[in-house]
Amino acid sequence: MDAVILQVLNGLDKGGAYALIALGLTLVFGTLGVVNFAHGALFMIGAFCAVTFRKILTLEQVVLSETELSPWGTPLEIRTPFAQQWFGDFGNVLIDYSVPLSILLAIPVMLLIGIVMERGLIKHFYKRPHAEQILVTFGLAIVLQEIVKAFFGANPNPQPIPQVFLGAADLGAMVGMAEHVITYPKWRLVYLFFSLGVVAAVFAFLRFTTFGMVVRAGMSDRETVSMLGINIDKRFTIMFGIAAIVAGVAGVMYTPILPPDYTLGMDFLVLTFIVVVVGGMGSLPGAVLAGFTLGVVQSLASMTQVKDIIPGIDQIIIYLVAVVILLVRPRGLLGKRGVMEN
Amino acid sequence: MSDQKKNISRRKVIKTGAAGLVTAGVAPMVFTKGAWAQEFRNDPKGGDVVLGFNVPQTGPYSDEGADELRAYTLAVKHLNGEGDGGMLNTMQPSNLKGNGILGQKVTYVTGDTQTKSDAARDSARRMIERDGALIITGGSSSGVAVAVQALCQEMGTIFMAGLTHSNDTTGKDKKRYGFRHFFNAYMSGAALAPVLSAEYGNERVAYHLTADYNWGWTQQESIQNATEALGWKTEKNVLTPVGAGDFSQYITPILNSGADVVVLNHYGKDMVNSLTQAIQFGLRDRQANGKNIEIVVPLFSRLMAQGAGENIKGILGTSNWNWSLENAGSAAFVKSFGAEYGFPPSQAAHTCYVQTLLYADACERAGTLYPPEVIKALEGHTFDGMGNGPTEYRAEDHQCFKDVLVVRGNQNPTSQFDLLEVVQEVPRSQVEYDASIFGGELGPYEV
Repeated sequence: MDAVILQVLNGLDKGGAYALIALGLTLVFGTLGVVNFAHGALFMIGAFCAVTFRKILTLEQVVLSETELSPWGTPLEIRTPFAQQWFGDFGNVLIDYSVPLSILLAIPVMLLIGIVMERGLIKHFYKRPHAEQILVTFGLAIVLQEIVKAFFGANPNPQPIPQVFLGAADLGAMVGMAEHVITYPKWRLVYLFFSLGVVAAVFAFLRFTTFGMVVRAGMSDRETVSMLGINIDKRFTIMFGIAAIVAGVAGVMYTPILPPDYTLGMDFLVLTFIVVVVGGMGSLPGAVLAGFTLGVVQSLASMTQVKDIIPGIDQIIIYLVAVVILLVRPRGLLGKRGVMEN
Repeated sequence: MSDQKKNISRRKVIKTGAAGLVTAGVAPMVFTKGAWAQEFRNDPKGGDVVLGFNVPQTGPYSDEGADELRAYTLAVKHLNGEGDGGMLNTMQPSNLKGNGILGQKVTYVTGDTQTKSDAARDSARRMIERDGALIITGGSSSGVAVAVQALCQEMGTIFMAGLTHSNDTTGKDKKRYGFRHFFNAYMSGAALAPVLSAEYGNERVAYHLTADYNWGWTQQESIQNATEALGWKTEKNVLTPVGAGDFSQYITPILNSGADVVVLNHYGKDMVNSLTQAIQFGLRDRQANGKNIEIVVPLFSRLMAQGAGENIKGILGTSNWNWSLENAGSAAFVKSFGAEYGFPPSQAAHTCYVQTLLYADACERAGTLYPPEVIKALEGHTFDGMGNGPTEYRAEDHQCFKDVLVVRGNQNPTSQFDLLEVVQEVPRSQVEYDASIFGGELGPYEV
C-alpha cells in the first residue's frame, strides 16, 4: 500500500510539470490556433532563468593571493560572493532562496520572450498549415537550445533546494502511520502545491477577470469579438506571453529536481504533446486532467510488481494509454467538437 | 691512360667488387630504414603526420569532448616541441624528442561523434578517407568505442579509445587495431569492493539501479560479482531507461525494500539525476537493517560530479585518474594544462593526452608509422611517469593495466574543481584478470 501511495505522489508531482507545460501549450493552441513545438524550450529557458539568477547572486570578487599558488603555478584565486560581502547573512539567505526568488526574474523575461517569439516569428504562420507551424517551431526550439548550450555548456547545472526544504517529510507519521513508511521529498511537495497553485491562478485569471473573459470569448468566436471593436490579436499575443510565463515558472521550480541542461525542453516536449492530445486539443481542463493522470499512470507502471508481470511497461505505458483513450474518445478526455478536425 | 691501366690488378678488382657488393647489399637497408615494403593507408611519405581526434563536440557529452580536444591540442603542441613539454619530461622510457613523430610535424583533424555510433563511424571514416588521418582516437561512450574500433580494424587504422568503461571494449569486442588506456567495469568492481568492505562491512544488502545498455549491464554485473564475493546480498537490479530524467519512480521502491546500499550504475546526466533525486528522497538519512543506507556510484567523473553539486559529497566510486594526484607525471600535466586553459584537466583529458604521446612513442620505437609494427610496439609495452604509476598495455587484449583510484566526493572542497578526494590507489595486481574471461579475438595484424 505504501508503495502505491508513494508512486501516486510521484505521479502527481511529475504530472504537475506535465500539466503546467501542457496548459501553456493548450492556451497557445486555443487562442492562436498554433501548434507550438518550441513550448518545451520555454520550460528550459525558464529553468535557465534560475541558473542565471543564481549566477548573478553568486558573482564573486576575485582576489589573487600574493603567497599561495594554484597547482599550475598561477596565483591562487580567492573568491568571495558580492552578495555575501555587501549584505552579510542576508546575502546568504538570498543565495539560499535563489530558486524561488528567480521567479521574479523569470516572469518579465518569459513574458518578453513569449511576445517576441509570437510577434517576431509565429504570427507569420497563423494561416499556414499545422505541418509548417510544427516545422518552424521545432526549428526554433533547436535554435534556442543551441543558444543555451553555447552560453551554459552541455553539462547539467545543479540548483540547490533552500535549506528549509531539504530532506524528506514523513507523511505517514503525520497521518498516524508508522514512521518512515511514507516519506516524500519536501521540495517535491512544494512543487506539487506550486503547480496546483499556478493552474488555479490561470483558471481564475481566465474566469474572473475582464481580460480573461474577452480571451475566452475570443477563443470561442474570434471574429465576433473583433467586430465588437476589441483588439483580440493584442490580447492573444499577451496570452502567448502568459503561456510562456507558465512554462517558464514551471521550469524554474523544477530545477532542484532535475538539474537543467539544454535538452530539458525536448525531454518534456513529446510527453507534453501526448498530454495535450489525450486531454483534448484546446481544452484547458483536459490538459490539466491528462497531465496528472498520465503522470500517475506512468509512475504506477514503474512499480516492481507491475514490471515483473510486463517487463518494460514503464517505458510504453503513456503511449499505450494515449492510444486507448484516442480509440475510445477520439477528441481526447475533454476535447470539443470541431477543434482541429478539418 | 696507360698508367691507369697499369694500376688495375686482380686484387684490386676483387676488393672493389666485394666493397661494391657489400654497399649494394647494405645501402637499401640504410636508405629504407623505417620504411616497409608494404604500402599502407595514409602514409604521409615525409609530410605531416595527421592524427584524427573523434570526440563528442555536440550532444550530452560535448563538455567532456571539449576537454578531450584541449588535451589533444596540448599533446600535439608538446610533440612538436612547443610549450613546456608536459609529460614528455616525465615519461619513462621515452623516445620522444619534441620534433614531431619520426621527425615529421604532427597535425590533426577533428570529428564529432555526437555520442552516436553511426555519426562516430561516419566522422572516423571521413577523417581516414578524406583527411588522411593515421590514427583515430577519442570518444566518451562504450557504444561509440566498440563501433569505431570495428571500423578501424576493417580499415587498418589504429584506434585509441577515449573514455570507455565497458568490459566489452577490450573483451568480446576487442580488436587488434584498438587500444584502451581507460580502466573498465571489472577493474572498478575489483578496486571498489575491498574499500566498500572496509567502510560498510561484509553484511550488506545492495539494490542496483542500472542504465539499460551495454555499459550499464557490464558494470552492474562486475559490481555485483565483486560485492557478492564479499558476502553482500543483491536485493534487486532494476534496469532504467537511458535519459529517464525523473528517477523518482525507480527510487521510491528502494525506500522500504530492505536494501541498505544503493548502487547507481549510471553515468553522465543519468548519474547526476539519479544521485540528486536519491539524496532528495532522503535515502542517506534513513536506516535499513540497523545500518545507515549508503549510496555508491561505481564510475565517477569530475565533470559529471560538477553536475551533481553538493550531492556528491561522501559518495564512493572509482576513477581512472584525478588531477590532485601527487606524482611527477600528473603534476607536469596539470601544470601544462592549467597554464594553458586556467583549470585542471579531467580524467578524459588525461586519457587522451597520454594516448597521443604513447602512440607517438610507439612509432619512434618501431621506427615506422606502418600500423602493424606500431601495434607490435604498443603490445606489452610498459612505462611509467604518465600519472598512473607503472603501466602496461597488455598484449593479449590491448587493455591498459595500472593502479585504479577509489575516490570519494569531497566533503570540504577547496575549489570548484576539488570535488573528488582519492581514498585509495588500488594496486594493479588487485584489479588484474585473465584476458580470456571476457572472450573475443583480436584479429589479424595485416588487413
